[in-house]
Amino acid sequence: MNSFSYSRPDDVNAAVGEISEQTQAKFIAGGTNLLDLMKENVEHPQHLVDINHLPLGFIDELPEGGLRLGALVTNADTAYHELVQKNYPLLSMAILAGASPQLRNMATNGGNLFQRTRCYYFYDTATACNKREPGSGCGALTGYNRIHAILGTASSGNTPQCIATHPSDMCVALRALDAVVRVSGPNGDRTIPIADFHRLPGDEPERDNTIEPGELVTAIDLPAEHFNTHYTYLKLRDRASYAFALVSVAVALRLDEGGQIAEARIALGGVAHKPWRNPAAEALLTGKAADTTLFRQVAEQLLDGAQGYGNNTFKIELAKRAIVRALDMAYAGSTQAGDAYKQEDIL
Amino acid sequence: MSTITVTVNGKSYTKEVEGRTLLVHFLRDTLGLTGTHVGCDTSSCGACTIHLDGRAVKSCSMLAAQADGSILTTIEGLAPGGELHPLQVAFNDEHGLQCGFCTPGMIMTAADLLSQNPNPTEREIREGLEGNICRCTGYHNIVRAIQLAAERTAGVPA
Repeated sequence: MNSFSYSRPDDVNAAVGEISEQTQAKFIAGGTNLLDLMKENVEHPQHLVDINHLPLGFIDELPEGGLRLGALVTNADTAYHELVQKNYPLLSMAILAGASPQLRNMATNGGNLFQRTRCYYFYDTATACNKREPGSGCGALTGYNRIHAILGTASSGNTPQCIATHPSDMCVALRALDAVVRVSGPNGDRTIPIADFHRLPGDEPERDNTIEPGELVTAIDLPAEHFNTHYTYLKLRDRASYAFALVSVAVALRLDEGGQIAEARIALGGVAHKPWRNPAAEALLTGKAADTTLFRQVAEQLLDGAQGYGNNTFKIELAKRAIVRALDMAYAGSTQAGDAYKQEDIL
Repeated sequence: MSTITVTVNGKSYTKEVEGRTLLVHFLRDTLGLTGTHVGCDTSSCGACTIHLDGRAVKSCSMLAAQADGSILTTIEGLAPGGELHPLQVAFNDEHGLQCGFCTPGMIMTAADLLSQNPNPTEREIREGLEGNICRCTGYHNIVRAIQLAAERTAGVPA
């Protein structure tokens, strides 16, 4: 690992000030992803601002019924928090589907938003990668692309610049829950809806998100709508543990008294540069009862425009079937307890 | 360089560390606690697992500087007077190791698991070991050892 200078401020303004003054500086919280990338020479910051001493380790109830998750609360403490388990079990389930206990004990909520892709070519500095080195090309397009994106890869040219996927499980649930990211920066505080936080690669695949230089995530707000009765997080991967999603589906349903779907949210992981939603597809479910044919139509619409690149083409049909299954599970309201999504019959 | 103060296995240390020093190297090279192993060095294998403020973490994936002010326990700290921890005894009894390289990490992960869930099911143990890789045993005896330790310590506070 290259050497770097290091500082440890104890308030948000000082941290934002320091990052703005330094060149090639990065914040470090848990560091579980950043340090790996530094060892692999993918990231080489000259200065690290350690934010672990900032007062961002809170989980607070919001007056309107939502929940504010401090940026420095660990993924484990969030997933096991009483109010998260009770009101936002979808989030808890998604977090626990990712990484391993040791990493969840270290990784933070803020840091999870900034996880970088696990694309092999991004990690391998001997290969071309537009995300790591803009303009160098994309090794994945004609290479091994089993884990790569099938949606949202368009650029202004004929070929995509980047087909990397966003690796987070947590962010897929945040997208379904319409979370809001709170940031502090040199120009003050602002909020970013999770839908706008991550971005598609377009012509700037080196940019994973819409955060501005010097900005620091301080918290993530969960809206008051809990979706704690009809939900599921279905994660499909090459092995049953400690692997990233080939396809994952977060479903949150609100049913009316007659058992019909009043509102549906469906977010997909493992298929694009950001957690994927399609409001038009979700709207097909409004006012309807569970119906496999309808669920399949929803899945077809969600995957509208999907394109495979060889090794990953199977993910288009895999995603459709996963959506139908996840909708069935969430609607039934009985399969999301415990680890049903890991049971052998589902794998 | 920055100065850190950490408590390791009950003893306080104040040391100068370079920013890029990983916690596992601080433990092994600066403090001489070589029971914590470096396996993959990329947060995959779990051989480097220690407890940071009571929770299992991978010490190859954090800087020593990040641990400032923390209470750390390594495998050496589980048997302070030389008397083996129930997990260590159970790994011995159940042949929960062959080459032994992953064992410190396995035991530290298992200790955190049992502190939160004293009576885990086999599935919970297997999921709890998700972040630890063993190349020799096929895991079965490791799982049995943790079940045995859980049975033996049932009702005994950690």
